[in-house]
Amino acid sequence: MSMLTFEEKNFKEEVLKAEGKVLVDFYADWCGPCRMMSPVIDDIAKELDGKVKVGKVNVDNNQELAIKYDVMSIPTIMVFEKGNPIKTFVGVTDKQEILDVLK
Amino acid sequence: MYDVIIIGAGPAGISAGLYTKRANLKVLILYKDQSALEKTEWIENYYGFENGISGKELYKTGIRQAKNLGIDVKKEEVTNIQFDEKNQYVVMTEKESYKTKTVIFATGNKKNTPKIKGIKEFEGKGVSYCAVCDGFFYRNKDVSILGNGKYAISEANELINIANSITILTDGKEAPEIRADNVKIDTRKIREVRGDKKVEEVEFDDNSTTKTDGIFVALGVAGGNEFAKKLGIITKKDRIVVNENMETNIPGIYACGDCVGGLLQISKSVYEGTKAGLQAIQYIRKENA
Repeated sequence: MSMLTFEEKNFKEEVLKAEGKVLVDFYADWCGPCRMMSPVIDDIAKELDGKVKVGKVNVDNNQELAIKYDVMSIPTIMVFEKGNPIKTFVGVTDKQEILDVLK
Repeated sequence: MYDVIIIGAGPAGISAGLYTKRANLKVLILYKDQSALEKTEWIENYYGFENGISGKELYKTGIRQAKNLGIDVKKEEVTNIQFDEKNQYVVMTEKESYKTKTVIFATGNKKNTPKIKGIKEFEGKGVSYCAVCDGFFYRNKDVSILGNGKYAISEANELINIANSITILTDGKEAPEIRADNVKIDTRKIREVRGDKKVEEVEFDDNSTTKTDGIFVALGVAGGNEFAKKLGIITKKDRIVVNENMETNIPGIYACGDCVGGLLQISKSVYEGTKAGLQAIQYIRKENA
């Protein structure tokens, strides 16, 4: 399964209605710090494959989602559970800090 | 094209310079602000000075030593750092842009987080430390920049074609020189940043308020922590996170001395500068191989 792509059209189904925790990485292609964060998110997806859903939201193509969840700085990493964001990390974040929330 | 650009000319930066230069690399040291060392009155606990030495003297000696070895040492303020092509960086100062293969941060223990109520709690909710990263979210909005120096102007320039209007908030400090149609300057002292879920307004000491959609913090001279946020280097409590080899999470970028935390001592900075320098040498030899 590993890395998913979340968009406006599948967000409800894939993230909000999902069972367990879902990690969402809000990013853009032009964002330098996002490029640094990307391999960390890929790692987490591999490590927690089958346990936690992990996916990315391109904010250029999904501005409504960014606005809805007050994303005003990227990368922003959100952990969703039962349809709500339970934890938000703004900026490049240490892998362990994210893993701690997912366990 | 430089092999190594070192930002900061204190004990960590100069030590990194000495080692990289002696390995025949092309080295540039950029510095602007006063080093903590320069402000230290008298040093009596550093090896080899039987009668002690003034911080200012040791600091100046270090810069002379680097220059004597043939290192380019320039007193220029770094205002931005960007990724270039793969594995290269562009370091921009108030005067010029320099390309380099590696960057070593030795920017010291500066703290540029303003002590204004609300700033910390609205981080990522309207308070940003990086115009180039977050400008996108403020298209056609009215934004503010907190600061009054060259760094603040550099951030304003990033936003000029994106935002509807820009107000530079100097928080009681002198107004900077910038001329653009959609840039205003407000020199009043700030009391608080307020909003519900995100930043909505700034309240000044004279009880008046002004609406704003976002505040970009760009105080003083940008240090390692500010550039780290722009580049995607991991920081923790405003310190750059490095491993035992002084490597950050980005290949070719190192940090050493007070900007990585720990003991604020010359001996520690010299060691870390040395380590960062040696690591940069290895990295460049591998790149060139």
